[in-house]
Amino acid sequence: MSLDFMDIGTLRGLGTALVLLAFSSVTLWAYSSKRQAAFAEAAHLPFADEPTPAASRSTTP
Amino acid sequence: MNTTTSAAYNYKVVRQFTIMTVVWGIVGMGLGVLIASQLAWPELNFDLPWTSFGRLRPLHTNAVIFAFGGCALFATSYYAVQRTSQAPLFAPRLAAFTFWGWQLVIVLAAITLPLGYTSSKEYAELEWPIDILITIVWVSYAIVFFGTVMRRKVSHIYVGNWFFGGFILTVALLHLVNNLAIPVSLTKSYSIYSGATDAMVQWWYGHNAVGFFLTAGFLGMMYYFVPKQAERPVYSYRLSIVHFWALITLYIWAGPHHLHYTALPDWAQSLGMVMSLVLLAPSWGGMINGMMTLSGAWHKLRTDPILRFLVVSLAFYGMSTFEGPMMAIKTVNALSHYTDWTIGHVHAGALGWVAMVSIGSLYHMIPKLYGRAQMHSIALINLHFWLATIGTVLYIASMWVNGIAQGLMWRAVNEDGTLTYSFVEALEASHPGFVVRVIGGAIFFFGMLLMAYNTWQTVRATKPAELAAAEQFSLEGAH
Repeated sequence: MSLDFMDIGTLRGLGTALVLLAFSSVTLWAYSSKRQAAFAEAAHLPFADEPTPAASRSTTP
Repeated sequence: MNTTTSAAYNYKVVRQFTIMTVVWGIVGMGLGVLIASQLAWPELNFDLPWTSFGRLRPLHTNAVIFAFGGCALFATSYYAVQRTSQAPLFAPRLAAFTFWGWQLVIVLAAITLPLGYTSSKEYAELEWPIDILITIVWVSYAIVFFGTVMRRKVSHIYVGNWFFGGFILTVALLHLVNNLAIPVSLTKSYSIYSGATDAMVQWWYGHNAVGFFLTAGFLGMMYYFVPKQAERPVYSYRLSIVHFWALITLYIWAGPHHLHYTALPDWAQSLGMVMSLVLLAPSWGGMINGMMTLSGAWHKLRTDPILRFLVVSLAFYGMSTFEGPMMAIKTVNALSHYTDWTIGHVHAGALGWVAMVSIGSLYHMIPKLYGRAQMHSIALINLHFWLATIGTVLYIASMWVNGIAQGLMWRAVNEDGTLTYSFVEALEASHPGFVVRVIGGAIFFFGMLLMAYNTWQTVRATKPAELAAAEQFSLEGAH
């Protein structure tokens, strides 16, 4: 099979675009306001099995 | 409906791994002090093959990484995964097997390495029968860990468990690929790779042993024990998610920076350099996330030496993850490679980050495992903290001086193109640094002896009823 249309530069460009897309997606997903409540709950998991609640901040930045 | 049921965590295997972390820490670091002394005073090789530097050095690295670090990771991951999942360990017998199996691996390493049995792959020296045992133990570890995650009573998988999970899976992959070999006898095998391919596979493994064993695993520890000891949730949970995915995506490519200016293709060297530089971002993201968890609680550092251990470990983590990318730049590497600078860099990470975050986590965990309010002596923890910090600083400062001196002396040329210094002249110039390293290492080692005494006194004071009570936890609102 011929890969004439793709030289090493194209491959590198595609790689960079793919990584940029992946990083942006993860960041957008993590910082979406829809998930704020769920993440605040998850952040408190280390304290969830203790009888006395730890000093906690209600929100995460 | 709100119901409360009582259940018990499985702390037995956690206690076993915790105690052995302290024991192997003393053995591994003691060996380190011995071989550092051999470099300063070669007579300490005793002219015996079994005690020569070449055989004891892999024993030291295996003991501190896989025996001390490994036991610390088993102990803290089994502890944190139970508590953040609110579920006892899955398959407790298999968990017990991981303890005894891992101890057997360590004992076999301690026997075979001084006898000279080695596959000659750095950080993967153990011969094929031991490699198979490691694989069996590691698969069991994965089953216990992920089984516990799956039976969790909460909806989320805490971020610390993501790091522990990433570490367990990737180490399995690294171990299997790098150790593929053809056995020719019970004690000898040959790698299926050769030449530049062998070098590339070896340092893909070697650097990811750093990235996943010594970083991702210990970041899992950090994400549980720093919030616990600071008594506040992690600074930004969102940042921790970006941190996780960015770190595991980038680390896997950084290995070729160990092979600059070798037969490895140029493009692979450049890729390794660029990926190492980019790696600074997630590393510092995680470091800042850990540090900022203390915002509003900085005053606790004044009174809490355990928190000090954890925070200073993050400072050393930040320092060595800045130094690492710099050293991966090819022109900097031309000066630093093959010099003591590399050894200094490794120990900034190994003593400053890995050992100190483990020690801090253990001091938090030991009283909880044994049903005590706190360690036997807080003053001794404080003393240990200062010994560890001063020991690390002496170690890395002496190696910086040595490394830069060696790099400059090796590359110095006269006007006619001949070398200005012979190798022995550079070696002689390194001797004071070698002595300072022995002193720094011995100070760090002495701190571990204090930890053993403190742990012994804490454990000794425990009554059987306290031991059982420590394991109890209540599930509220269980549906």
